[in-house]
Amino acid sequence: MSQDQELPPAHFSKSITHRNLARTVATDRADFGVLSDEPETTGPLSSVTRPSTRRSSASRSSTSRSSRRLARIISLSIVLPLLTLGLFGLCYGQKKDSCVECHSQMEGELLEPVTHSKDDIHFSRGLSCSSCHGGDPTQDDPTSAMNKGKGFVGKPAPKDIPNFCGKCHSNADFMKKFNPSLRVDQQKEYLTSVHGKLLESGDQKVATCISCHGVHGIRGVKDAQALVYPLNVADTCGKCHSNAEYMAGYSIPHDQFANYKASVHARALYERQDLSAPTCNSCHGNHGAAPPGLASVANVCGQCHVRQSELFQASVHKTAFDTMQVGECKQCHSNHKIVPPGDFMIGTAEGSVCTSCHIEGDGGYVAARQIRGMIDNLSGRMDSAMAVLGKAERAGMEVSRPKFELSDATNSLTNARVLVHSFSVDEVEKVIKPGLETADRSEKAGNAALADLTFRRKGLGVSLFFILFVAVLIYIKVRQLESRHPGAESKPN
Amino acid sequence: MNTGALIDWIDARVGLGPLAELAHKKEVPLHRHTIWYYFGGMTLFLFVVQVTTGALLLLYYRPGAESAFESIQFIMTDVQFGWLIRSIHSWSANLMIAALFVHMFSAFFTKAYRSPRELTWVSGALLLFIVLGFGFSGYLLPWNRLAFFATKVGTDIAGTVPLAGGFLLRFLRGGEDVTGATLTRFFGFHVAILPGITTVLLVVHVFLVQKHGMSTPEGIDRTRLRTMRFVPNFLLRDLIGWVLAVGVLAALAAIFPWELGEKADAFASAPAGIRPEWYFLFMFQTLKFIPAKILGVDGEVIGILAFALGGLLWVIVPFIDRIPGTRTSRVFTAAGIVVVLYIIGMTIYGYVG
Repeated sequence: MSQDQELPPAHFSKSITHRNLARTVATDRADFGVLSDEPETTGPLSSVTRPSTRRSSASRSSTSRSSRRLARIISLSIVLPLLTLGLFGLCYGQKKDSCVECHSQMEGELLEPVTHSKDDIHFSRGLSCSSCHGGDPTQDDPTSAMNKGKGFVGKPAPKDIPNFCGKCHSNADFMKKFNPSLRVDQQKEYLTSVHGKLLESGDQKVATCISCHGVHGIRGVKDAQALVYPLNVADTCGKCHSNAEYMAGYSIPHDQFANYKASVHARALYERQDLSAPTCNSCHGNHGAAPPGLASVANVCGQCHVRQSELFQASVHKTAFDTMQVGECKQCHSNHKIVPPGDFMIGTAEGSVCTSCHIEGDGGYVAARQIRGMIDNLSGRMDSAMAVLGKAERAGMEVSRPKFELSDATNSLTNARVLVHSFSVDEVEKVIKPGLETADRSEKAGNAALADLTFRRKGLGVSLFFILFVAVLIYIKVRQLESRHPGAESKPN
Repeated sequence: MNTGALIDWIDARVGLGPLAELAHKKEVPLHRHTIWYYFGGMTLFLFVVQVTTGALLLLYYRPGAESAFESIQFIMTDVQFGWLIRSIHSWSANLMIAALFVHMFSAFFTKAYRSPRELTWVSGALLLFIVLGFGFSGYLLPWNRLAFFATKVGTDIAGTVPLAGGFLLRFLRGGEDVTGATLTRFFGFHVAILPGITTVLLVVHVFLVQKHGMSTPEGIDRTRLRTMRFVPNFLLRDLIGWVLAVGVLAALAAIFPWELGEKADAFASAPAGIRPEWYFLFMFQTLKFIPAKILGVDGEVIGILAFALGGLLWVIVPFIDRIPGTRTSRVFTAAGIVVVLYIIGMTIYGYVG
């Protein structure tokens, strides 16, 4: 049962106690009447259809009626005190909270704290309005309840929100009582973020705790409906960052959300429901949200793409990119709109990212063309091997072993695609070579299977010819025998 | 030494006279149901094919969870004509069971089980169960995913038998789960225990057939019955069927080589729509239709008991249906038709439903 159902406002409860109780009892009495039988029944139905019933009832002994009446009185005398006790318990057994009592009677945004609180993680852990807002919830009088002398804070201004939440969330001792694993440096981190710095500089529009976590209806991070649940993070950030009007005063674009939604990361997150796929906070941080600078882009991507990052850091491009002051991964892969990478990005053909810097004739241009050529070669040979093996398999040939071995070539290809980040022809060639050998072996095995299939078919044709020939010979022999010795009459069996 | 001299030499030591006399005297009645006589010989021929190809497979097959699948893979790809032997073994098993069903039902509908052939019927019915046992045990031997889960389901069903279920399940599996121990056990059943029992039953069955001769169905005028000599006339006709059966087996093996599938993995999920081989499908499908509980008793248990009772009735049919032409006998014929239609219907439903 939710909080507001469990804790009816005290004065409402009182009215239930005095006014509605009579109605409840009356209903109970009516119910008993229906169950017991005719005496209380009135109306046309009773006068028209019940006479015979009445006559038959009248013929029953008066003793049984008296005993039913006695049972009814005993039942009421037990039920009524229990009911009364139950309602009193419900009304007075709970701790008084005048915040909830009063706000429940209000409308609009003043009612929201009560309606939203049923989903709130703080309420579910036993905290109440006064735990954050102070005041004295035991007082019915609003002036006494919301007395600043009793620590009442009311609605904090945006600039005060980090401190408001940080009262508890930055207090390690206090947080241990609820969630010892939760970090307590969010406020400190927030103050290092772009949001925090702007807030400190007096910008009241920037995101604070409540912008991302909500107010009153704050859910735990693992709650799928939480604003900060991985599937909801981009929408939460996008509320402000994709709002051109809201972001007008800031010198950053507002198409990140749309771009991210078109990215390979968003596809993994939303289509495959892969919660480990990156969303805004994976690269920008959450409480310490800041755009990764030129020097840190590769580190950010390298959190997940470890090998690619290592290869890039050791490559010739690292120095070149640093000198040119271009974002490392971003230069080829973009940032928010990161499209699925593919072989089309490598080489010198249209769509290649290499030609955005390299021109025909330079070393990078030649290397790009060689690397692409090697990858295309392996990819093509693998496709060819797969086609042959597939054909043989569909014909019923046993080719599971070469098919399994072909997965080694797949590994080589994947490895080569990663090694592209070393931008070294030699490095890529080292893994392409064994891949090509495997693909060739698989294709040969597939062709051998197909050749074997042809041999089987031809062998079958020859065999069937001889088999039919032998069958015909035997048949001729049978005919000869039967023409010489036709079936004899038999004795009864 | 020429052939005649060799035969004389053997005759002097073994005594071929009685056999020659039997071959000379044995006759086959000729009537409109004569065709059904060929199915007994066909079943026997396919059994010989099974024994021969099975023995060849044994040269390379290595039982065990870590070697069974790999050894079959080796047979299918590296052993000369291994694919042919294995595919013929698998196809022949299925054709043998099909021929056996035809042989059994033809004997049933022509009332060939009547006195004095009761024991011929009983030995044949027992051979049917043994052959089904061959099918069930042999199915696991490639140790592929489908076989693994089919055996799991099959032995699970055996485990629900009242009182003896737990014992049966552990006896069949060699433990609580289907493991390498189950494979070794099934291999033992398949190549030693079942062949031993089959040999005894087959000798009894064939001996009784020779002793009593071919049964002539009811309604055939035996006073005007024509006959055919078994040797060589009927035997040569049988031979035509066997030669053609070799052709069919070769074609099936070459055009539809028996699949190996993926290696069994206890941690993998069961293949979607898993079902047993066609000859068990009508029972499997029936058990799926039976409600979970019938009058508080487990529906599956009732189903298994019903099949066990049906099997027992089938074996003792000759002792119940004794007098031909009676109402009881006609009821048995009608029941047989219902059973055949039920088996065919349920099997088709199992594949298309």
